[in-house]
Amino acid sequence: MPSLIKALNSQVGRKIMTGITGIGLMLFLIGHLAGNFSIFGEAEAFNKYTHTLESLGPLLYLIEAGLAFFFLYHAILGISIWRQRKKARPEGYDTYRTKGGPSHQTLASKSMIYTGIIILVFLVLHIWHFKFGPSYTTMVDGTEMRDLRRLVIEEFTNPLVAFGYIGVLALAILHLAHGAWSAFTSLGMKHGETSKKVQFGAYIFAIVLMLGFIFIPLYIFLTGGEGSLIAY
Amino acid sequence: MSKEMTIHLKYWKQNGPNAKGYFEEYTLDSVNEHMSFLEMLDVLNEELMLAGKEPVEFDYDCREGICGSCNLVINGQAHGPKERVAACQLHMRNYSDGDHITIEPPRAAAFPVIKDLVVDRNAFDRIIEAGGYVSVKTGSAPEANAIPIEKEDADTAFDYATCIGCGACVAACPNASASLFTGAKIAHLNKLPQGEVERKNRVVAMVDQMKEEGFGDCSNYAECEAVCPVGISISAIAEMRRDYMKAVMSGD
Repeated sequence: MPSLIKALNSQVGRKIMTGITGIGLMLFLIGHLAGNFSIFGEAEAFNKYTHTLESLGPLLYLIEAGLAFFFLYHAILGISIWRQRKKARPEGYDTYRTKGGPSHQTLASKSMIYTGIIILVFLVLHIWHFKFGPSYTTMVDGTEMRDLRRLVIEEFTNPLVAFGYIGVLALAILHLAHGAWSAFTSLGMKHGETSKKVQFGAYIFAIVLMLGFIFIPLYIFLTGGEGSLIAY
Repeated sequence: MSKEMTIHLKYWKQNGPNAKGYFEEYTLDSVNEHMSFLEMLDVLNEELMLAGKEPVEFDYDCREGICGSCNLVINGQAHGPKERVAACQLHMRNYSDGDHITIEPPRAAAFPVIKDLVVDRNAFDRIIEAGGYVSVKTGSAPEANAIPIEKEDADTAFDYATCIGCGACVAACPNASASLFTGAKIAHLNKLPQGEVERKNRVVAMVDQMKEEGFGDCSNYAECEAVCPVGISISAIAEMRRDYMKAVMSGD
């Protein structure tokens, strides 16, 4: 049998790992969104939540390292598959069109590399923006903690930031609409009735999840950060 | 009465694997609607030769959809617009008077052009050689019912065995992946008890060979299933992935 390295580098292994890292990242996104919604909770819920995360210490670094590994592995595989495609077909077609029917060639599947790269660039900006952005502090129940909520509201009242985020998140709908189905297919799901349900589920998942993320910058921007959903 | 049509053709010309290819155009004035696509190309070549020009080379053998030789990309679709039909069984009645048709060879680095529309598909043979066989003791034919096989397994294995190796899957795949072909060739043996002994080595060897030949990765576009003249489902690729995972996990 092949060594694990060789198996991971095989064309089956590459897709399986793209699927596994993809599913891991989707689970992360669900957690991320749930956390984000604490901004609509009681006055200091969001800051308490981020403070709890930050006080995990070494465990947080471990989680962050794991996440970074998943993101990078997923991105490197995606770029590598795209590069192999150029090598496997150096001379393209003059005319090319899909035959439809069972084909999953859609705007979503065809744009994976582009939406993926946009998400990757966005991710760098996103971390730089919030994790390494200005560090305001606030006192909550006698504990000094980072006032990330203030930063979030400040940033999203800026139309450039708010609509930049909304634009990228909308593109992520496309990435997830194909990805959430494709991940399971890469892990051995056959093409049949279940697959159709999973594809439908992937569309719903992508739309609901990303509308959830979009709601936050949109709401903050439209209400100027003073909407009634955000308690003070 | 059969209809006669004017068809504007644009086809690929290339003198060899390393020669630079180009498109040539020709208008056929009296294409009979009952002609097959390949008969239309025969007429084209007759006209070209009578005019003292070099004919356009294309691959064919049985002309009845079994051999898989006629892998042409017609107006950007492998085997043309009809579902579950090989180019040889595509008829000109699917076209209208005055239509423009572009004909290209399947384009993949692993399928170098021999001449014009003819490509070298030996890469497929090498994938089969890597593990697409069963080792059996020779001698007199075994009794047909000696090994009981569930009807469902026999049917599934047969479905995958209908692959004619035309390479339309590679031609249509945006990544030029050979996963559907390789998956079908693995699954039709792995589904049967006769294929059980070499099961693990087979899947690993054939998947490795597929990469070795320079095909692309599968991105689950499922375009291969849409163009397959015998309708092989991408479930074949799922089978290949499952078997590959099992082989690697088992460790031996």
